[in-house]
Amino acid sequence: MFQTIVATLGLAALWLLMSGLYKPLIFILGIISVFLAIFIIRRMDKVDDHKLGYDIGIFSTAKYLLWLMVEIAKSNWAVTKTILSGKAPDSQKMFEVHVTQKSEIAQVIFANSITLTPGTVTVESEDDNFVVHALDFDDGDMGALTDMDEHVTAIETKNVGAVK
Amino acid sequence: MNFFQIFVEAISWIAILGGCAFMLVGAIGALRFPDFWTRIHAVSVADSAGMLLLTLGMCIQGGFTLVTVKLIIIGVFLFITGPTATHAVANAAMVSGFLPKGADEFRKPKIAHDAKTRKLKAKKKSPLKGGL
Amino acid sequence: MFSLATLALFLGMCIVLARLYAGPTLYDRVLAGNAFGTYTVLFIGVLGFLTGRPDFLDIALLYALINFVGTIAVLKYFRYRAIGDTSPSPKGKPVLHGNLKDQGYKH
Repeated sequence: MFQTIVATLGLAALWLLMSGLYKPLIFILGIISVFLAIFIIRRMDKVDDHKLGYDIGIFSTAKYLLWLMVEIAKSNWAVTKTILSGKAPDSQKMFEVHVTQKSEIAQVIFANSITLTPGTVTVESEDDNFVVHALDFDDGDMGALTDMDEHVTAIETKNVGAVK
Repeated sequence: MNFFQIFVEAISWIAILGGCAFMLVGAIGALRFPDFWTRIHAVSVADSAGMLLLTLGMCIQGGFTLVTVKLIIIGVFLFITGPTATHAVANAAMVSGFLPKGADEFRKPKIAHDAKTRKLKAKKKSPLKGGL
Repeated sequence: MFSLATLALFLGMCIVLARLYAGPTLYDRVLAGNAFGTYTVLFIGVLGFLTGRPDFLDIALLYALINFVGTIAVLKYFRYRAIGDTSPSPKGKPVLHGNLKDQGYKH
């Protein structure tokens, strides 16, 4: 119920921001669309019986995003050098990375972080392993990914999977 | 125009021009890298650094207005969906058996369906069986 | 200065289009199409600043939404050969892995 109320308020705020027209007819149409979206979301919850959990802390996530920006800058620089060097990359490799997060959203954040840093792409997500493809594989890559895994695990709240 | 304003303008222009440079680098990499699995990484340069820097620069140019809010919404959306789409393309390529050299251990085994599932699939494939 | 940015983004769009035309495999083309969408979103945004019409940002946002859904729809079509319901069993469990060709179906 709490999630529904938050989603309704968020959608209404988004509509008010984006619309810019506040005539009565438009306003009623906006209210109808917000409630239609909420109805569809609740119905989808009933169909597959799979609730989304948000088991991450806000402040730790913000801190993680700042750390991620630095990582993105570093790996961007490396890939840019590879592109502009004029040589074709010849040390690409596929390998597996162990995942230690328990909640789904933290795993999604980890997979998206791997893909977002240029030079590594998450190709497949299995139970507790991600298959990752790297552009220029060397021994430091594995350590960097394990480091990122620890950072993502740090943003999970402690009571993951207790009550859904 | 005081010193602070000049400083902010300079930062925004550096961000926009740097973002454009990264977008161009990503495009060049996508053009001249040899195969699909390396081109994914080239495009991801444009997806992350180019997009973030361009959005940041345009946000600073917009000031505290509705334009900035819309730009932030666009930026957050691209920040989430860019890697997701890249992962979807890479996963589709892998699942269809299109792997880079030396990665044969990750090839998916072929799945043999039982008779019931095969029948169901066949029915789905020809929904107009028996005429209109 | 915005004109320089517009020009650079336009050049990038042209290069990515060349890859979309030349790409030897299907996945190259899908990747180039997705990247072209990202370039276009930013191009529309910069163009809005250049011409002083911030309304363009609404179009850019819509383009971003449609681009993502379109990429996923194309990939789903080529994996399952159908856009709609692709569940093989009545209970709605999705097919595990592999496209129909891998499972012995001739198109």
